[in-house]
Amino acid sequence: MDAGADPSPESETGGGTWRFPAGKPLRLDSGATLAPLEIGYKTYGRLNETKTNAVLVCHALTGDQHAASVNPLTGRPGWWDQVIGPGRPLDPQRHFIVATNVVGGCMGSTGPASTNPKTGQPYGLAFPMITIADMVRAQAMLIEALGIETLFAVVGGSMGGMQVLQWAADYPEKLFSAVCIAAAPRHSAQNIAFHEVGRQAIMADPDWKGGAYEAAGVRPEKGLAVARMAAHITYLSEAALQRKFGRELQRDGLSWGFDADFQVESYLRHQGTSFVDRFDANSYLYITRALDYFDLAARHGGTLAEAFRKARGVRFCVLSFSSDWLYPTAESRDIVRALNAAGCRASFAEIETDKGHDAFFLDEPLFDAALRGFFASAALARGLG
Amino acid sequence: MSAPRSQNGREDFTEILRLVRPGARVLDVGCEDGELLELLTREKRVDGQGLEISPAGVSACLAKGLAVVQGDGDRDLDHFPTRAFDYAILSKTLQQMREPRHVLSELLRIADQAIVSVPNFGHWRMRVSLMARGRMPETRALPDPWWSTPNIHLCTLRDFIDLCRELDLRVDACAALSAGKPARPIRPDGVFENWRSETALFLLSRRPEDRSHEAPTDLFGEVALPKPEPAPRPRGKRAKV
Repeated sequence: MDAGADPSPESETGGGTWRFPAGKPLRLDSGATLAPLEIGYKTYGRLNETKTNAVLVCHALTGDQHAASVNPLTGRPGWWDQVIGPGRPLDPQRHFIVATNVVGGCMGSTGPASTNPKTGQPYGLAFPMITIADMVRAQAMLIEALGIETLFAVVGGSMGGMQVLQWAADYPEKLFSAVCIAAAPRHSAQNIAFHEVGRQAIMADPDWKGGAYEAAGVRPEKGLAVARMAAHITYLSEAALQRKFGRELQRDGLSWGFDADFQVESYLRHQGTSFVDRFDANSYLYITRALDYFDLAARHGGTLAEAFRKARGVRFCVLSFSSDWLYPTAESRDIVRALNAAGCRASFAEIETDKGHDAFFLDEPLFDAALRGFFASAALARGLG
Repeated sequence: MSAPRSQNGREDFTEILRLVRPGARVLDVGCEDGELLELLTREKRVDGQGLEISPAGVSACLAKGLAVVQGDGDRDLDHFPTRAFDYAILSKTLQQMREPRHVLSELLRIADQAIVSVPNFGHWRMRVSLMARGRMPETRALPDPWWSTPNIHLCTLRDFIDLCRELDLRVDACAALSAGKPARPIRPDGVFENWRSETALFLLSRRPEDRSHEAPTDLFGEVALPKPEPAPRPRGKRAKV
């Protein structure tokens, strides 16, 4: 983190929890409604007078609204500090950046750990099933509540990229541009398979207690940690793992047991245990399910281009990473082809990197240059100067 | 060479810039680092889109703020809708395509007009070089040795005109290009042009005036259903266009 990323007075940070009145429930794809609804959010920068500089940042599976400021729970810097900040592609001195916690999450938005008004207890499995479209619908309610009619850009990676696509399908008239990074138009069998491993790990933990662990005063930490370990492997690449760890040992010689002999084991265990401190197991179940249910084409008669039919006025940028095997480049190409077929203005680049899916969190010069170029030209077209 | 070279060594850009209507929608296939698109955007205020296969080219375009899709002209044109552009530009890259015939046909499905430039293998330098040396010509227009050239489908001016005829394309304008010299309008079927033209640039359109997008009316004055889109053809086995 460079010191320049500290918000200056001109690029102030705001946010909190937005509580929608019970009379304004969130209508869910499942048919259920959710009320009361709270959305945890952060803002960076100021909305300009013409209200044309708002950018919505959508987070990935385990992300949150603390995109560019210290996370109060972990004390760690924002997860997208290299994209958002003074002199960065998204600059609080020029843009009004809004980041929300998705509905179903556990960082301030209504989710399975929130109190069920009917019982006074945490929802647990009584929480309704949510979808990517539900997350986006809740975001749209917040954006409207903030007085923003049109977003200069909606941007996100991984699950965030899926939200971007959903925005383009459901609210194209509210978008000027859209940036979809390392995402897919649907969850593949392999994606679902990995998520199922994670869910089963959580549900196999005796401390999960059918989702009612909070009332029992326990948490399925072991299960959630294993889920995170398995998932984390999919966020990296074989080359990156090999480069980082190889067969390096934790200490001299083998233990001839099942301790973490290899550095990669120790690293994964650390990923697992640090994750349980900041994430709710039921939220993990619900959000992974929302991802598995995501299939944008299926919602539009099986033709992906139909989803973008009304988004012709939106400027798109689709980016993928060459070593991403979770949402490989072919998936992004499908998105681009559908955008082209729908007559949308789209840019697409495959960023050459061996860092895998999580490359969008990292400092990748080509990725940075692509974002800068795209936002600069969009700003020019939007008259943001 | 004493003649002044154009700054970029791409004398075809000047001619393309002259041909393109201001404010037009333009697709540049094989746009490299976006130099032409940038020029067209600046000078003609076009609504430009590039297609480029090399990551370096795509990055350069994005950095310039151009709309560019990383993709393959041989494969990815199929995904653009019909008549999405006023012009599709293919500058000196047709001979590098695996299926030039398919690409040419697609260009004129996607756009109302195509601007295509091709190096002329019938140019006297080629002929003399081949005659005298008995080896694949290496000239200023085609400088690479046979084993490393990206130009896998070279043709002469006459060959190209034959293909246009076969695809039922109309040549709206044609100019001979030579490094460092201003474009020279030519009649592409002129007897000596196949000797004299180092590179030829064509403005092409479908022949006759394509009105298939306008719904025809039947005898009773009712609007008939538009013709169904042809099914996607299997690659490599192209039906007659």
